[in-house]
Amino acid sequence: MTESVPPSAPPSAPETVSAAVARAERVRGPWADVWAQFRKHKGAMLALITLGVLALVCLAGPLVWRIDPNFIESDTVKMFKMRNQGPSLAHPLGTDQLGRDMLARMMFGGRISLAVGTVAMLVAIFIGTTVGVIAGYFRRLDGLLMRLTDLFLALPLLPLLLVMMFLFRDSIASTLGPRLGTFLLIVLAIGLTSWMQAARVVRGEVLALKEREFVLAARSIGTPSRRIITRHILPNVLSPVLVAATLGIAAAIITESVLSFLGLGFPPDFPTWGRLLYDGIAEIRTYPERVMWPGIAISLTVLSVNYIGDGLRDALDPRIRGR
Amino acid sequence: MADGGRIPPGQPLVQVRDLKMHFPIYAGILRRKVGAVKAVDGVSFDIMAGETLGLVGESGCGKSTVGRALLRLYELTGGSVVIDGEDVATLSSDALRRKRPTMQMVFQDPQASLNPRMTVAAIIGEPLDEHTDWPAEKKTARVYELMDQVGLNRRFANRYPHEFSGGQRQRIGIARALALNPKFIVCDEPIAALDVSIQAQVVNLLEDLQDRLGLTYLFISHDLSMVRHIADRVAVMYLGQIAELSPREALYARPLHPYAKALLSAVPEADPALEATRQRIILTGDVPSPANPPKGCNFCTRCPVVMPVCREVEPKLIEVETGRFVACHLVSPNNAGGHASPGAEVREHNQQGENA
Repeated sequence: MTESVPPSAPPSAPETVSAAVARAERVRGPWADVWAQFRKHKGAMLALITLGVLALVCLAGPLVWRIDPNFIESDTVKMFKMRNQGPSLAHPLGTDQLGRDMLARMMFGGRISLAVGTVAMLVAIFIGTTVGVIAGYFRRLDGLLMRLTDLFLALPLLPLLLVMMFLFRDSIASTLGPRLGTFLLIVLAIGLTSWMQAARVVRGEVLALKEREFVLAARSIGTPSRRIITRHILPNVLSPVLVAATLGIAAAIITESVLSFLGLGFPPDFPTWGRLLYDGIAEIRTYPERVMWPGIAISLTVLSVNYIGDGLRDALDPRIRGR
Repeated sequence: MADGGRIPPGQPLVQVRDLKMHFPIYAGILRRKVGAVKAVDGVSFDIMAGETLGLVGESGCGKSTVGRALLRLYELTGGSVVIDGEDVATLSSDALRRKRPTMQMVFQDPQASLNPRMTVAAIIGEPLDEHTDWPAEKKTARVYELMDQVGLNRRFANRYPHEFSGGQRQRIGIARALALNPKFIVCDEPIAALDVSIQAQVVNLLEDLQDRLGLTYLFISHDLSMVRHIADRVAVMYLGQIAELSPREALYARPLHPYAKALLSAVPEADPALEATRQRIILTGDVPSPANPPKGCNFCTRCPVVMPVCREVEPKLIEVETGRFVACHLVSPNNAGGHASPGAEVREHNQQGENA
């Protein structure tokens, strides 16, 4: 790259200056570049479409496929005939051990699983990033916050989750209703127990970043700490945060299914992907498709989220952009 | 603030008195303070409005720390730094923030001093975002004006730092420092990370800007020839203290402090005939640790003309000739330059490693 024009550029007439300003493109917002680069990442675009389709089917599907996911034939003989059917026109994904339509259950389960995964991940990332940035940036709070992180890391999570659910489920359910109450409790419980990895990674990055000269330059300009964090630190810790986030969604979906499996998540008749998976496992030899459908859905979601995170990370890094 | 008016040339814009910057050392299980690295230990100087003060010295002698302490990027251990009538060392954080526009800094590594995730326009505009409430168009216009001033094409506004060469990046850093019309700029080795061909461009740009905008520079460098080119007066630092502070020509023609002599004897001469006769003073030993400086004169462990008094009494920086300040027991107002050719001085003509 050549050196640019000498500083003594001849002063041009006013109209040429304004014309030059108009021609020299407006100062673009950063998001246009990010989107342009994201679109170039084929895997990420494919993943975005996949996840979009999954979410759309789960959200809008029940409006078209109007079978109640909890409908069980009241006639016992009919019900027994309906059990464990393979795919057919009436039931494209077959039926479960009580003769309920799998497609409808998958769609309703997807709503819950996707929502739990996303919200729990957001909670975990929010807490983790906040703790990590504060611990890394303010030396005074570092020891305290990192010992707190160690404390959480040392706790046996599953028993802790079980105790939390056991203690609070009924009281929250009575105030907010069983569905919303359970949802909030699960999301918070998962979020509160999975932020530690993100916090550690972010703290490490912040420790390195805040010694860089551009942070010193910002301080010499007079930028206050909070804006140094939002303008200089956070954008530069984005990569590890995104990686933690994509892994977090997968972990949250699985954790929710574990809780449901142990009987402390959503009520048993309430379908989620994890629940369907565990229901099917008992009969995996006879009816493998009952495990496959939720398994495929969970895998697709996790894979898509991973690819989207990958594409986002590349798109947000100007050094990689344009390759 | 001094009512916005500029201090006339010849009056001190920056007055540093007994500046001390000690970094504590913690050790042991209880992390108790066991000592301090005396990076800067009692430095005093003035910088006149419109002049360039060069600050030279070997690595680790505290040059950069002085620069950063002047802008209070560190909390000072002691001393005062009066810039444009206000003591920066004691300002409250609010007042300091309002003071920031008067004093800015150009950093050593242009790669590291620019946020890789911000565009050039955002980097140059950051000071404007922090200190003005101008509408976006006015800020953009100012950013373009600054880019013109430092010789950057306006079309580069939306690019990112990694797309530029080192010299161009340093121009971005200079434009950022200029954004708020500062009076005083600390240039912390602005050319050390640049190619030699680019160094001249950047230094000429700095001089050009000084002429046009009436800037005052503290130019920190270990490149003695470049300091000779740009500085009006030069301060030679050794182990956290100023050894000699003299006008440029006087210092380069006839250094008074033994350390300044040794340092300047290392400057290569362009003329081969002169280069052949250049007397290089080779200092032996290492720089003592700034955590445990020697008693008496800081230079006494390596000084070729050391006297018993040097190991006992710390010399003060005193004016020995008009405008020349030296901290050495050998140099006093009466006999300034009296030991210009002492017999004890080790004089040898050699390159390092040649006299095997």
